Amino acid sequence: MAGLTARLPRSAVALTLGLLVLPITFGLLGTLLPAFGYLPALGGDDLSLQPFRDLAATPGVATAAVLSVATGLAATFISLGITLVFVASYAGTPTLSRLQHLLSPLLAVPHAAAAFGFAFLIAPSGFLIRLVAPLLGIDRPPDILIPHDPMGLTMIAGLVIKETPFLFLVTLAALLQVELPAARRLAASFGYGRIAGFVYLLWPALYRQIRFAVYAVIAYSSSVVDVALILGPDLPGTLGTRLVQWMNDPDLSARFLASAGAVLQLGVTVVALLSWFAVERLASLLLRLAREKGWRFLRDQFLRRASILIVGLIGGAVFAGLAILALWSLAGLWQFPDLLPQNFTFRSWMSALPRIADPLVTTLVTGLASTLMAILLTIGCLERELQTGRSVGDKALLMLYLPLIVPQITFVFGLQLLFIYSGGGEYRLIALVLVHLVFVLPYVFLSLADHWRALDRRYEIIATALGRSRISVLLSIRLPMLIRPILTALAVGFAVSVGQYLPTLLIGEGRLSTITTEAVALASGNNRRVIGVYALLQTILPFLAFALAALIPAALHRNRRDMRV
Amino acid sequence: MRLMTGIFAAALMAATSIVPAKAAGPELADWAALEKAASGQTVYFNAWGGSENINAYLEWVGAEMQSRYGVTVVQVKLEDTASAVAKVIAEKAAGKNEGGSVDLIWINGENFVSMKQQDLLLTPGWATALPNWRYVDIENQPTILTDFTEPTEGLESPWGGAKMVFFYDSARTEASSLPDNAKQLLDWAKNNPGRFSYPAPPDFIGSSFLKQVLSEVIADPAKLAKPVVEESFEQDVEPLFAYLDQLHPVAWRSGKTFPQNYPDMKQKLADGELDIIFAFNPSEASAGIKAGELPETVRSFTFSGGTLGNTHFVAIPYNANAKEGALLTANFLISPEAQLRKQDPAYWGDPTVLAMPKLSEADRAAFAALDLGAATLSPDKLGPVIAEPHASWMERIEVEWRRRYASGN
Repeated sequence: MAGLTARLPRSAVALTLGLLVLPITFGLLGTLLPAFGYLPALGGDDLSLQPFRDLAATPGVATAAVLSVATGLAATFISLGITLVFVASYAGTPTLSRLQHLLSPLLAVPHAAAAFGFAFLIAPSGFLIRLVAPLLGIDRPPDILIPHDPMGLTMIAGLVIKETPFLFLVTLAALLQVELPAARRLAASFGYGRIAGFVYLLWPALYRQIRFAVYAVIAYSSSVVDVALILGPDLPGTLGTRLVQWMNDPDLSARFLASAGAVLQLGVTVVALLSWFAVERLASLLLRLAREKGWRFLRDQFLRRASILIVGLIGGAVFAGLAILALWSLAGLWQFPDLLPQNFTFRSWMSALPRIADPLVTTLVTGLASTLMAILLTIGCLERELQTGRSVGDKALLMLYLPLIVPQITFVFGLQLLFIYSGGGEYRLIALVLVHLVFVLPYVFLSLADHWRALDRRYEIIATALGRSRISVLLSIRLPMLIRPILTALAVGFAVSVGQYLPTLLIGEGRLSTITTEAVALASGNNRRVIGVYALLQTILPFLAFALAALIPAALHRNRRDMRV
Repeated sequence: MRLMTGIFAAALMAATSIVPAKAAGPELADWAALEKAASGQTVYFNAWGGSENINAYLEWVGAEMQSRYGVTVVQVKLEDTASAVAKVIAEKAAGKNEGGSVDLIWINGENFVSMKQQDLLLTPGWATALPNWRYVDIENQPTILTDFTEPTEGLESPWGGAKMVFFYDSARTEASSLPDNAKQLLDWAKNNPGRFSYPAPPDFIGSSFLKQVLSEVIADPAKLAKPVVEESFEQDVEPLFAYLDQLHPVAWRSGKTFPQNYPDMKQKLADGELDIIFAFNPSEASAGIKAGELPETVRSFTFSGGTLGNTHFVAIPYNANAKEGALLTANFLISPEAQLRKQDPAYWGDPTVLAMPKLSEADRAAFAALDLGAATLSPDKLGPVIAEPHASWMERIEVEWRRRYASGN
């Protein structure tokens, strides 16, 4: 028994690393070979640089790459800035915990749904302009270029409203590891402003903990497809959207171009990350300068107020967007500039509901299976950490973030080739679960790890001293005490699985479809009513998971006052 | 193994000689045996999934196929037909020459040409051997035998017709002010800045608009029936791009962005952002009114000099897993019953590929009794058909369009 409890966690670590690194390695290989001209089925038998020459000759490719880097960096910089100022202003106050309750659910809203809601809000025929239309005497939508503005400003805004809540919650988790009240008192007693004191004393340590999450945001924002399609510039689009076009090009030789483009996308993301490292250097230099000069920035009230306003607007935009989606899903004829539809109808829902049974089952099965596997592996790895007394180093942490930092699109295409080559058609569902696991695992691990490590070990030491075995300590003390973060991690994992588009499309090959692949397929029809129905369905599932994660511990702990939070 | 139909024999000889023996199709002459073999099969029908009414129609097809033949039809909903083509390629790349994941594919134009040229289709040609082929209107709809000037050779079976028509809201726009050709449309756009646009290529409605204009403005329209001649291409398409250069500054959003596709234009007509839109299906406006997406005042018009028309098809990949089931489904899709429901705007409203004189009395009466809706032009008012240019034109024009308007300059 003792041997087993020692061995299981060790194999969990090996399994976890394998599950993260192998698919990415093979996937990248499957993309690299065609990029260098090798894809025998299409007559590419020799290695050559021709695909890259074609790529260089493609009009607008440089603009697309620059757009991807710029929008990715801008979205990350703004999101992190808002998060920093807001947390620095309000960490440790009731305001923060109240907004935490508002922002946490935002994490569950899939990117596509949030982007659609945002577009319905701000478009020239959208809800905001309808609100003011009677006042300004507008009866036709103004001819203004949003969304899809050539600078990508709408897209940056759309990314910011989704990434700020993510960075905010990651920062909050890391906040558990620093001495907030002491630092606050120290800074205040020396007469520093709230924001400045926080940034000088706590931010460097906090940033060290959340930096991989920031890199993941950069990678995501510089390679995103769905948000870019909905809000981004389209003439030319970002590199990610161009890639999908090439992958779908009926002219099959474009497959080589697409692979070369995927390699370029990898380069774009690397450039974005390198630029970010430069920003990090510069920021730390400025920080040191300001600290050594003793600048106190006492009058930061305006900034503090502004940050809470912006965070409120972000929350408001997503929720209002979801409300507009709900209205459209029930709308009959709804012409501009009417604030409400002329009539309401359940037709859109009635026609959609009979069709969602199969995708719903696939979504649930894939989500539950991948999340459960992820939580078992995570607990195994964390248990191993306790056994060896070594916390995961930067290298292991990087491994964990690898699937989030390497752009999805660059390796799932190769993975699909691999899957077909292995003749694994009968094991499609298993393959789908495993591919989802690649993306679910990091989030589950990151969501749980800090809570796991933060638990006071003396409980377990006492139990062990009283003669309980390691496994019994785990089952009767650690797991029950951590039931809330464990369930939250499960909900996070489930939400991530539900939101997966590209991997589901490629591995499911249309035979296994989820709510998300259905939503994006139907979104290509651009029918606002249908988009409303599917975007809401897509949002409801993760919301249910988070609601359960909140309600189950409350029910379990109803007679344990100290376990309530 | 070969079909007995005389006229196609030569073409089939050529087609079969380049295909490996194991890819040969099922026995079409013995239809009863084919029905028996199909029973219990699952047909993965790869079809664009962006329209709820089309999806609902395909569900009906699935239910009928199940109850009549025990064949399960599953619609694989695509964003773009090219992704199904991509799947077949990926399978060929992996050496998966049997048991492929695509059984039936909704296709036409460049996707068909692409699959045909890459030997990705079930051969020999089978469509003309389907029992219901006898109803098909090959006499009056030349686009059934040549898909974008590429001979179909029975490698795809016709499913529906398409014809470009324009829509406007009669509550906002005077019928007398409407244009009657591309030139007048440009003048109309200049007088109504920001109220006309077209989806950016490669959306097929958008590409169709470019072809419509090209057909009207090219110096020698006969060139369009043949592949692009590189030397004269620039000169041939110059009138088209001169037209677009004039149109874009007065188009919606000054031509800096374009509607995504037809449903997007439909929404913009309802919102009042656009005043004239167009579709490839004459009954789209009636269907939109019925669905509460367009106001009841929307009406159709077309150009008296003719608009683009074509046919869309279903094809079977060479490595399809359920070939018998796919053939049976293709045959059902051109049955009078399935075509009648398809043309009914209450379900879909897509013009039939069948010839009325070839149908039974009762079927003919049923087609005549269809209520196409006030916004739909009757078949005799649809105007002449302009044939699709050779597929190479579309590819070249799309590239040229992107180079000029989508390079970020």
